[in-house]
Formats: sequence, C-alpha cells, structure tokens
Amino acid sequence: MAEKSVDRSSEYVRIEGVTRRFGDFVAVDNVSLSIYKGEIFCLLGGSGCGKTTLLRMLAGFESPTSGRILIDGQDMADTPPYERPVNMMFQSYALFPHMSVERNVAFGLEQEGLSKGEIARRVGEMLDIVKLGEFARRKPHQLSGGQRQRVALARALVKRPKLLLLDEPLGALDRKLREHTQFELINLQEQLGVTFIVVTHDQEEAMTLASRIGVMNKGQIVQVGTPVDIYEFPNSRFVADFIGSVNMFEGQLAEDEPGYVRIRCPDLEAPVFISHGISAAPDARVSVAIRPEKISMTRESPAGTENRAVGTVKEIAYMGDMSVYLVRLDSGRMVRVTIPNVERHDERIVWEERVHLSWDPSSPVVLSQ
Amino acid sequence: MAASRADARMPAALTSGRLGPLMSLFYQYGPPRWSRYVRENWSGQRVVIAVPFLWLLLFFVVPFLIVFKLSFSEVRVAMPPYAPLFEWLEEGRRLVATLDLGNYAYLLTDSLYANTFLYSIKVAAISTLLALLIGYPMAYAIARSGPTARNLFLMLIILPFWTSFLLRVYAWIGLLKTDGVINSVLLSMGVIDRPLTLLYTDFAVYVGIVYSYLPFMILPLYSNLEKHDLTLLEAAADLGARPIRAFLSVTLPLSMPGVVAGCLLVFIPAVGEFVIPSLLGRSDQLMIGKVLSDEFFANRDWPVASAVAIVLLLLLLLPILLFQRYQNQELAAARR
Repeated sequence: MAEKSVDRSSEYVRIEGVTRRFGDFVAVDNVSLSIYKGEIFCLLGGSGCGKTTLLRMLAGFESPTSGRILIDGQDMADTPPYERPVNMMFQSYALFPHMSVERNVAFGLEQEGLSKGEIARRVGEMLDIVKLGEFARRKPHQLSGGQRQRVALARALVKRPKLLLLDEPLGALDRKLREHTQFELINLQEQLGVTFIVVTHDQEEAMTLASRIGVMNKGQIVQVGTPVDIYEFPNSRFVADFIGSVNMFEGQLAEDEPGYVRIRCPDLEAPVFISHGISAAPDARVSVAIRPEKISMTRESPAGTENRAVGTVKEIAYMGDMSVYLVRLDSGRMVRVTIPNVERHDERIVWEERVHLSWDPSSPVVLSQ
Repeated sequence: MAASRADARMPAALTSGRLGPLMSLFYQYGPPRWSRYVRENWSGQRVVIAVPFLWLLLFFVVPFLIVFKLSFSEVRVAMPPYAPLFEWLEEGRRLVATLDLGNYAYLLTDSLYANTFLYSIKVAAISTLLALLIGYPMAYAIARSGPTARNLFLMLIILPFWTSFLLRVYAWIGLLKTDGVINSVLLSMGVIDRPLTLLYTDFAVYVGIVYSYLPFMILPLYSNLEKHDLTLLEAAADLGARPIRAFLSVTLPLSMPGVVAGCLLVFIPAVGEFVIPSLLGRSDQLMIGKVLSDEFFANRDWPVASAVAIVLLLLLLLPILLFQRYQNQELAAARR
C-alpha cells in the first residue's frame, strides 16, 4: 500500500492552524494538514496525543478553539455533525442496541428521507458487501466482535460519504481477524473510492493501511509521510523511537562534508561513517539511529575500520520468522539486532558468543532533534 | 438387602409398633446428618434469598391469605365481626366450610364499587401520565448534568421524604384553599378578580398525587437515563439525525424500561391512595382506597372490605406482572 500514489491536486480536507484547548490542557496544538481525495490517511500516536480530538473535530463533535477546518472547500465552523458530508465509525462501534442489523444500517438513509424501496435496496447491497446478509435480522448483541465491526462499517458507508473517519477501527478485534480485516478495509476503500482518515495507536495497523501517516505527539503533528518515509527517514528521535524499534547512539559530528559525515559516539569504539551529507551545525550533538534489521552479525571480523562494533550475545528471542538478539557491547551498551531465520538448520549464534556487528554506510539516520 | 442386614442387627422390639418403619430407617442409615445437609444445601446465596422470601411470606402472603379467607365470610355483629369460615360440627367429627360468595356479588350489585374503581383508575392513570410528562424532562436533565449538580438535584428530589407525607398533603390545603397562598398571590397580582376554587376538586387530587409520587417516577427514569451510552447520540447525529430525531429513535426507546418502572411505581399506589383524595378531593366522589377504609373502620364490614381489597389486588396484579416482564427484559439486556 505504501507505494500507492496520491493525487496531490485533489485536496479534500484542509486543516488550518487548528488548536483545541480543554481548560489549561492543549489537546490539539496548531495543526495544519491537507488530506487528498481517495487516500487512507492515518493519524498515529500514543494515547492522549490529540489524534481522537482531531478526528472528533472533523466529525463536528468538538469545535476548534482556533483555526479552520475545510471539507471539500467548505468551512465547517457552523455545520453541525448531522449536516456534514462525513461519516464516522466509532471505536466502540456505537451500534443501536435496540435495532436489528438491518435497521442500524437503514438509520442513516431514513434521515435522508429516501423511499422505503430505495432504502431496502441500498441496505441489502451494503450488507452483501460486508457479507452480513444472513444476519440482517439479528440484534447487535447476538453478533461477534468482527461482525459488529462490519455492521458499524456498513452503517457508515451506506450513506456514501466522501470522507469516512475511523476511530481505532480494528482495536477490538483479535490479531488474526485484524489482519484479515485490514485488507478487507483497503479493498472496500478502493472499491468505493472513499477517503479514509484512520486514528490508531498501532503502528503496524498504520503501516499496512495508510497511504500516508501523520505521526502525532503532544497535540502536534511531528511528521507526515508515506509509511516508507516515516520508517526509513524519521525526522526526529520521537518518530524513530515510536515507529518500530531502533538503536539510538548519542554522538558528535567529527567530519561534516557535503558527500559524507563521520560521527564519534562514546558507546561505539569505531566511528560511524554515513554516506550522505546532513544539515547540522559543526560539533553539534546528534543521535545516530540504526534499525535492528539493518545490522549484520557475524562470528568473523568484518572488513574495514568503521561502522562496526564487538559484543557478547546476552539474550535471544526466537520469533519464528526472525530472531531478536540483544548484544552487549564492550562499552556496556545493549544493542538490538534482528536476523531473519532463512534456513531451518543453520549454525545459529548462541548465548554468550562473541559477535561482530556491522552495517552499511547508508543505513544509519542522523537525527538532530 | 441392606434392609435385611439392618433388620438382623436390630432388636425386634423396636421394629414392631407404630414407629417401627422409622426405626428401621434409622438403623439402616444412621441418625439424620443435619450438619451435612446444611453444608450441602445452605449456600450463602440461598440464605440471602431466604431473608426477603421469609419477609414476604410473613408480611405479604400470610396477611393476604387471611384477607382472602375473610372475603368469603359473612358479616356479623360480634367480636370478631364475621362468621367463621370453618366450623366443627357433631363434637369435632365433621368440618363444615361455609363459603359465602355474597360479598363479591354485593360488589357487583352496588354501583358505588364499580364507579369508585373506575374513578380511581382514571385518577391514577391521569396522574401517572402527568408525572411522566413532568418527571421525564427532570430525570433527563439530572442524568445529563455534571456530577456535583447531579448529586444536589438527587438530594432535592429525595429531600421531601424527610417530612411527613401527611404534613406535606396538609400543606397543599394551605396553598390551594380559597383564601390560600395561590389565590392571594393571583388576586394581588390582578390576574384574577375572584378566588379560584382549587381545593376539593379533581385538580387538587392530581396536584397532590403527582407531587407526592413524582420521586418514584424520576428515580427509576434517572437510573435508566444515566446509564445511556452518549456515543449512541453522536452516532445518530453523525448519520444525519437532528437532536429531536435522535432522542425519539435512540434515547426514548432505550429508556422504556425506566418509563414502565416509573409509571407502575406511581400508578399502583395511586389507585389505592386514600389520604390525598380524602384531604384534597371532592366529597361526592370517592376513590376505592377511601371506600375500603370506610368499610373496615366505619361500617365494620370486614368481609366486604376484604372482597374489595382482593378485587383491587387482582386488578393491579396485571400491571405488576407486566412490570416484572419488563424488568426481566432489562436485566437480560444488561447482561449481554
């Protein structure tokens, strides 16, 4: 999904300098964002980062303290939720417990004053799409979690919104069902051409679903980009640390040339050589971030004098598809390394073995903030 | 086989005679083990249920049976003022029961009873409706207010119970009478030029009943409305429902168990109410509760009074059963 192209010319949602305060607490802090037609945009962040408040402002349940929200070019300031061209799928699903599945899905169409025949036709169609046709007459409490999730989705989509807001859409599902539902969601989105804004705290979910991710922290958007951008080129220590796992080394710029840099880290004996220039003040304190899967681990000493370290294996976690090793460097620093389990019976490195770690000069990311 | 072995060990003297079978059981199985019976059958749950069960048995079922028996007796000027239902004839060799259905027949022949029954049900129904119309918005407002305000409002709802019920009804006489507070205020403001007849009217009875029973409407409604998931209303708004539509199609149907509970809690005691109508109501129109008390205390016709009570109870049993059905539905819904 990551490579999915986004048509930048068709901006659908525009958030301009939006701030929302609750008393002294700033839930959303001067956020500006554009979301384009037909994309799946994920707002990703920990709890309390303001992502849900931002979503609720788009739906109209909260209003911004300052700033503007435009949907399809229209300022939404004076538009109540029931008049917005937006539908939301609630985290708790918020299905009406006294209504059957059918009546739940029909509810939104009844508000539009459509004819009974038209409503029945569209509800039937929608229930077929989410594969709930045979459950039409059940009440929500007679359904499983996954089925309820699909009713909630059907109820929101049957209105044919141009923009669908999803609050932790997969949060209540177990892992297997979650993976399956993720791909269903993407298929549906492509089939119906709806723009999705998804709020999630689960980075894996964001990575698989999103065409673009906005990482939020303390009410601010810290980075916006495709999943690849966010993972491979995080712009701050927060993003690098929040998405996936990372080995972060504090250091000082030793050589700063347009084509390469050399950084000295107290935790690493050898200097770190990076094959691209960076923009930072000379002698600036920086962090070097290296992803665990980009480090190779060997028994033999690798060639070269840079981008290497020596240590002892302290922990091994076998995860099936890969193994996670915790290696203690001679400086005492722990480093995390992941190695894919390509072969079934290779001579695996074991506890307390001395190993050499090395990485490619293009792998580390230098972060100055 | 076991019995024969037990018989072998048993002294023959014990097995003969009237207690013989019992004694052989005793020998076969040993003395009754009460402690084991108690341990196996008296779970904590049963003991807890037994308390209200015994309470209802002693103070509801037994008195009911006494009243039920009384309703078939014949009135007598004696002490007690009714003929016994069962009589021993021929020196205790024959038991004769004299069932007198005349008391029930009498209720049908005298139009006073049918008239007061219907009037009582009309008054109770109208009062219940008024209490619902006033109580629902109040319960809704309390359920949606902040936690501090909510506790204050609930206190205010419960506060009148700290004063005697009778005193509060008497207070309404002071408010409603011809030279009472309401008339004086209206006269001095020039809204009316002659005092209104408020006291001793149906209106005064409605005021009294609605005022006295309003908390019984508000509290069950509040406890229902307070539990509502407000995201359901957000979902309704999101799907295009204006606030009034969202209320009618989400909040109102979900609050029906509370509405039913509140209505029954007002309707049932209101039908049998006799203090409020006798203090505030018309003198030419009695309510069934007043008739009942008059039969008992003024006429000393206990059998007819009992028959009135039984018929009243049977008529009210229907709403109680309906109430229980709703309550069970609510419980089932809450358990999911």
